[in-house]
Amino acid sequence: MLKINNLKAGIEDNQILRGINLEIKAGEVHAIMGPNGSGKSTLASVIAGKEEYEVEGGSIDFEGVDLLDLTPEERAHKGVFLSFQYPVEIPGISVSNFIKTSINERRKAAGLESMTAKNLLKMLKEKMELLSIDKGYLSRNMNEGFSGGEKKRNEIFQMAMLEPKLSILDETDSGLDIDALRIVANGVNKLRTKDNATIVITHYQRLLDYIIPDFVHVLYKGKIVKSGGKELALELEEKGYDWITKESDKQWA
Amino acid sequence: MSEKKQQSEDKLLEKVTTTEYKYGFTTDIESDTIPKGLSEDVVRIISEKKNEPQWMLDYRLKAYNAWLEMEEPVWANVSYAKPNYQDVIYYSAPKQKPVLDSLDDLDPEMKKMFDKLGISIDEQNKLANVAVDIVMDSVSVATSFKEKLRDLGIIFCSISDAIQDHPELVKKYLGTVVPARDNFFSALNAAVFSDGSFCYIPKGVKCPMELSTYFRINEAGTGQFERTLLIADEGSQVSYLEGCTAPMRDENQLHAAVVELIAMDDADIKYSTVQNWYPGNTEGVGGVFNFVTKRGICYKNAKISWTQVETGSAVTWKYPSCILKGDNSIGEFFSVAVTNNMQQADTGTKMIHLGKNTKSTIIAKGISAGKSNGNYRGLVKISKGATNSRNFSQCDSLLMGDKCGSHTFPYIEVKNNSSKVEHEATTSKIGEDQIFYCNQRGIGTEAAIALIVNGYCKDVLNQLPMEFAVEAQKLLEISLEGSVG
Repeated sequence: MLKINNLKAGIEDNQILRGINLEIKAGEVHAIMGPNGSGKSTLASVIAGKEEYEVEGGSIDFEGVDLLDLTPEERAHKGVFLSFQYPVEIPGISVSNFIKTSINERRKAAGLESMTAKNLLKMLKEKMELLSIDKGYLSRNMNEGFSGGEKKRNEIFQMAMLEPKLSILDETDSGLDIDALRIVANGVNKLRTKDNATIVITHYQRLLDYIIPDFVHVLYKGKIVKSGGKELALELEEKGYDWITKESDKQWA
Repeated sequence: MSEKKQQSEDKLLEKVTTTEYKYGFTTDIESDTIPKGLSEDVVRIISEKKNEPQWMLDYRLKAYNAWLEMEEPVWANVSYAKPNYQDVIYYSAPKQKPVLDSLDDLDPEMKKMFDKLGISIDEQNKLANVAVDIVMDSVSVATSFKEKLRDLGIIFCSISDAIQDHPELVKKYLGTVVPARDNFFSALNAAVFSDGSFCYIPKGVKCPMELSTYFRINEAGTGQFERTLLIADEGSQVSYLEGCTAPMRDENQLHAAVVELIAMDDADIKYSTVQNWYPGNTEGVGGVFNFVTKRGICYKNAKISWTQVETGSAVTWKYPSCILKGDNSIGEFFSVAVTNNMQQADTGTKMIHLGKNTKSTIIAKGISAGKSNGNYRGLVKISKGATNSRNFSQCDSLLMGDKCGSHTFPYIEVKNNSSKVEHEATTSKIGEDQIFYCNQRGIGTEAAIALIVNGYCKDVLNQLPMEFAVEAQKLLEISLEGSVG
């Protein structure tokens, strides 16, 4: 589904990603871990197409198309979804209106008619039940006055409604207490199918107790320095990042 | 900024600068036009052409003489070359049979124009449930649903007709809320106004449909000076809308209107405006000077609510106001003012609290884009006798790009200590983060801006009648297309 090949990117003159290689198949969950400043969020932003990042080389092949040739909205239309670390507020626009616009813009790009109000309502209801989301959510304005947990849940709700092929969860666990974390993780698990893939970006292992990854990658100084199965996350939890980063620094020296 | 982004923004900008003003066409209709310039004779000619009684002529001449001694105001935060008042045509009327027997007699060219503007004047088209009076250049050309309204005792006609048919009402109320001497433009209007709408709602009557006036400047070199007088008698209710467009012309056209609202005890008036005069081109050539005085007076328990969506005009100078004379009366002002390219606007409201327990609410939303300049100017005055009065004001500005400006000038005067005044103000920019967030959800940049702007204006747009709200939303989108830099 996704094949990242020697991706190099940065901001202004500062190179952050220094040659990322990563392959993800449908049905898989990959966790990307790493110390602060290793480039985890940059990777998420570059895949989604945030313009402040300058791509210096490499490619991001997504189902036969290089995402780097597409605008952020075209990538979204292809089925790429980013759950933001810091979801923004859009005052005056209700959650339901935003989701409706989002779905219909995507349908428009695919040459489809807008979704009927009846079908939209039905789908909203189904997904709210699936994620145990309160009805009151729909009429609240996008992220306005939302708590940290509510914002993250709103991201997962949109993910459920948009049914993306590839979901990237950028530090979805940050700022959540254990209950909120469990709710969000349950939601993600319920949305897993054999046809979609998920990238979970996290600093801590605890999210991975709930969302069990197939692969774990350690990102350090803009490169994936170690990959393994879910047990790698546990090892990191126990030993910290030092043993990997030291090894890596030695190689580079 | 990446090169790709720069290119797409350039494309957007190019698109907006070449997006034409949709209503910029002219219509070839024969008209009866007097020579340009202003003098006592011109005032007499206008009055004579309209076959007015002596008292009306006297009123105009008094106003004209007052105007001669007045000076054009300079305190607004706008700059423009002052119009040469001797270079304006003060009267131009489509040549038509003096009285229309029915709408079928309307000039076919004119009918075509209204079709282009998307206004239905077909009385058969009852679906719209809006009675329309159309003022082209200086004269009211058609009023629909007259009979249906007459059955309820509602008078809705052009002000010229009202002067002929209901002189007692016009004489009693004209100039009582906005005296001729009030300001330079109101004096000018009182001297030369050629038409406008008149509306009277009798005691206890709830007007069953929206009343609407559509203003159109067509003829070159003409000024439009319309006069609107709306009287809601005790316990009555009415919702009134006005819309305006003008052809694209290189010269500046002058529009100096006066609107007076009278809400008697327990009456309720809702007055909505969607103003889309030609704003001039992207370099600021041409466009309408929109210098308007709008004011209403509320008697006991009465309510006046002004809603305006201002997207057009080269220069706007406008402060729809409420005089809260009666105890427990309520004044409201909801405004969205958009400036783009080289447009300038100085707009806001005045809430004058005189009665006890009076309440006012001001929600003003400014949006500035391009190299434009938007200003909010508002006065909240609570007099000594207006005990236990309340005001809440919220003034927000939204900036797009880094070449526009936005200013807020709130004036607050409170003369007693049992009243409460609240003022909130915010200034924000549409953030790249907000746009990226929308992009990531599949919403393109233009649609994202439209969405964010609609959210920002929601409190005001919600005040508009349904059909108008949709039109206003579209208008906002067109006005701001591609304006983020």
